[in-house]
Amino acid sequence: MATTIMSDPNPTREALDERASTDPGGRYLDTIHSWIVTVDHKKIGIMYICYALVFLLIAGMQAMVIRIQLAIPHNTFVSPFTYNRVFTMHGTTMVFLVGMPILFGFGNYLLPLMLGVRDMAFPRLNAFSFWISAFAGAFLYFSFIGGAGLAGTGTAPDVGWFAYAPLTEKAFSPGHTVDYWALALILNGIGSIGTAVNLFTTVFCMRCKGMTLLRIPLLGWIYATTAFLVLVAIGPLTAAQIMLLIDRYLGGHFFDTQMGGSAILWAHFFWIFGHPEVYILVLPAFGFANEIIPVFSRKAIFGYPAMVAATAGVAFISSGVWAHHMFTMGMTSFGNTFFTLSTMLVSIPTGIKVFNWIATMWGGKIRLTVPMLFSIAFLFQWLTAGLTGIMLSVSAWNWQLHNSYFVVAHFHYVLVGAILFMVFAAFYYWYPKMTGRMLNERLGKWHFWTMVVGFHLTFDFMHIPGLLGMPRQIYTYEPNRGWTGWNEIVTLGTFVQAIAIGIFVYNLVHSYFQGEVAGPDPWDAWTLEWSTQSPPPEYNFAVDPIVASRRPLWDLKHPEDPDSAFE
Amino acid sequence: MTVGGSGTWYSHFYSFGICVASPTSIFSTTSTPADKVRLLSLDVLFTLGCVFLAIVALIVHVLVHYRARKGDTTEPPQVFGSAQIELAWTIIPTLIILVLFLGTARVVFEVQDAAAPKSALNVTVVGHQYWWEFRYPKYNLVTANELHIPLSDPGNPTPTYMELTSADVIHSFWVPSLAGKTDLLPNRVNEMWVDPHKVGLYEGQCAQFCGAQHAKMLLRVYVETPEDFQRWIGTQRQQAKTSVPGILSNVDLESDNSQKITPQLGRRVFEGQACISCHAVRGTVAGGRFGPDLTHLMSRSTIAAGIAPNTPENLLIWITDPSVMKPGSLMPAMHLTSLENKQITAYLTTLR
Repeated sequence: MATTIMSDPNPTREALDERASTDPGGRYLDTIHSWIVTVDHKKIGIMYICYALVFLLIAGMQAMVIRIQLAIPHNTFVSPFTYNRVFTMHGTTMVFLVGMPILFGFGNYLLPLMLGVRDMAFPRLNAFSFWISAFAGAFLYFSFIGGAGLAGTGTAPDVGWFAYAPLTEKAFSPGHTVDYWALALILNGIGSIGTAVNLFTTVFCMRCKGMTLLRIPLLGWIYATTAFLVLVAIGPLTAAQIMLLIDRYLGGHFFDTQMGGSAILWAHFFWIFGHPEVYILVLPAFGFANEIIPVFSRKAIFGYPAMVAATAGVAFISSGVWAHHMFTMGMTSFGNTFFTLSTMLVSIPTGIKVFNWIATMWGGKIRLTVPMLFSIAFLFQWLTAGLTGIMLSVSAWNWQLHNSYFVVAHFHYVLVGAILFMVFAAFYYWYPKMTGRMLNERLGKWHFWTMVVGFHLTFDFMHIPGLLGMPRQIYTYEPNRGWTGWNEIVTLGTFVQAIAIGIFVYNLVHSYFQGEVAGPDPWDAWTLEWSTQSPPPEYNFAVDPIVASRRPLWDLKHPEDPDSAFE
Repeated sequence: MTVGGSGTWYSHFYSFGICVASPTSIFSTTSTPADKVRLLSLDVLFTLGCVFLAIVALIVHVLVHYRARKGDTTEPPQVFGSAQIELAWTIIPTLIILVLFLGTARVVFEVQDAAAPKSALNVTVVGHQYWWEFRYPKYNLVTANELHIPLSDPGNPTPTYMELTSADVIHSFWVPSLAGKTDLLPNRVNEMWVDPHKVGLYEGQCAQFCGAQHAKMLLRVYVETPEDFQRWIGTQRQQAKTSVPGILSNVDLESDNSQKITPQLGRRVFEGQACISCHAVRGTVAGGRFGPDLTHLMSRSTIAAGIAPNTPENLLIWITDPSVMKPGSLMPAMHLTSLENKQITAYLTTLR
């Protein structure tokens, strides 16, 4: 059936309509088929985003299980075994199956449009990267059926998301959960490297006429830097996973301490990946802010060259800070002070970014749309997260704070308060481009304010039990510690956040069918993606654009005062 | 760092604001390493708090003054940057970072590189899934889960220097009142020291995920006056004080007594079972080293790494099936009869 259309990977709308009139059921098959075989960067981008949203909901529910369990001391909502699985899967999922795919998704969708080209540099590699990552996610979750973990009773991985050796060795983790974890991350890493190669090449080799290096939208620089960090970071992670599998199955002793192996070796490999990973996730959030804050302040970004330099600086410095995760492992005093300094230095380029965003808003005419509200909340929250990050880099203080709930609060401030908030901003900002319809503004404001309240209830108060000595990754705690009240507030906050996410998901679905029609340029913006239809046609631009400045649409709209006169 | 210190006005603010009642607060410290970190942390908190307020004020100012007016569709003047301003907000943070770094470096070197005085007590801490082994090499003494150390008088310091290692996976020793945490790694020895200034019980727990029961690997440190500490050492050095004859003795227990719950029968069951493969009771055939030393079990106030009071009732529940209190504990249920379990409990309660 429908072989003529099935054999065409990109059927025209007319062909599909004609098909639908004779065989309505076949139309869905054709649609699904067209998504599966697509090499179009926009479809792949949307698939990445949907894939990440599904896992966001799953890992969010795991977070709820964690918080219900910790609401009161000696709770028995879940067993210790289940709890350990849940927090391991929550962390692994959020980092590898939500954070990276959602950012790759936006990058895939936006970069060719912003650079004024018709696709990514390697469309087939792009499709391959998505599908292998998707397989990795499915594979990891298959462990719920196929694995058996610590004490032989687990199913999903239960060794924590950084999976310190030698807990992951055969002696302590019999069964196959660690194998699922390691293999899934290796596969996911292949996808990440493919996408990184693609993003990097696209930014540097695939720009439209007139787009010199210093006219690339900042998001392009950000994604090129992120891609570079992925290439630096994923290698050590994959190497560590392979060493672990050699230990487990081929009699190796890399991390097998009983045979002279080293437990610290794993920590080094993991965090050489793990710290750049934080910036892999947060840089695209900066990139969204770089695009959204100027448009809703009605001003060009302040200090473009400094922003590019700061991005490169963050990437460079963040490759040399990994051992700040290991201040308590018994490094020398020289090692501790070195990594204190290198970690503190990261705050200089990130500080430049914060100041430049504020300066962009300074003297502007700020429009408090939903994307801008999320961006402003992001500014406050990223500021706080940065400052608690400096506190953690104070290695002597880190001896107290390390592995406590203060750390958990700090990195959730980064991952939720900065990254997730900017992802929401990006949704409200670019959803009209992707679907042709606006997200509902009223629901958006409800979403924003519930999210802000929920976020601050949860993560502000989460710092305090950490200061009162509560370690992370514990399934229960003693009533005499003075942590109970704080944990109750934190749990309450997660319920408020769950409501916010509910409103968001409803808005996504509702607006897809009922939303106001957006038109090509609903925000009166300046970069190339707003010069084509919403949603853009398969080929993006009917005519290859030619640009003369960083803000080509500004030049078109203000011929009396074009940027090109100043650059 | 010279700013701040214990007597500054804002340190009081923190002690009211943050130090709510908790035995494990990092702000209620009684030992030099923890004190130094607390003072440093207050300085850092104060400095960064000022930075926070300054930047928040900037953002709020911008939001208040530069909101678009309704109906105003004109564009504001476009400004692309300013080298002077950008230089300023590169240099000022660099200077702040430099000050914070120097303050940190000083505390790191002072705490980490402090040489042990001759009067120091040495203790070896060995982490196990999910309990703590404490060895006092000088006294040839091994105990578990409850660490006893002497008070250290600043005039005549008797600090405790610990060598930390692990028998299996990574653990972390964390008693916030005494010092920051130090990890226990297998195949490696780490060091830390404490010099508590106040007698009392200090609590903490394992701070590195180490498996199913990481949450129930609690720590109790008893700080005692030097006299009390010496008395404790004296008691602990003795062999098991039980008067009950062992399995190898010639005492003939009459068979019709075997239904009774007596320490004698309990010891017989204990020594006849696999208990002695893992547990030691000095002075008897029990010499296992995989589990906690039980020689002076009843001198400890808790069992199972601090999770339950050491009462005969709890002991009975524990030895009947450890997974009731601590699912995932490596001690197996021995599937003895309830009579035998009661007999063992009767024996254990004689180990004073």
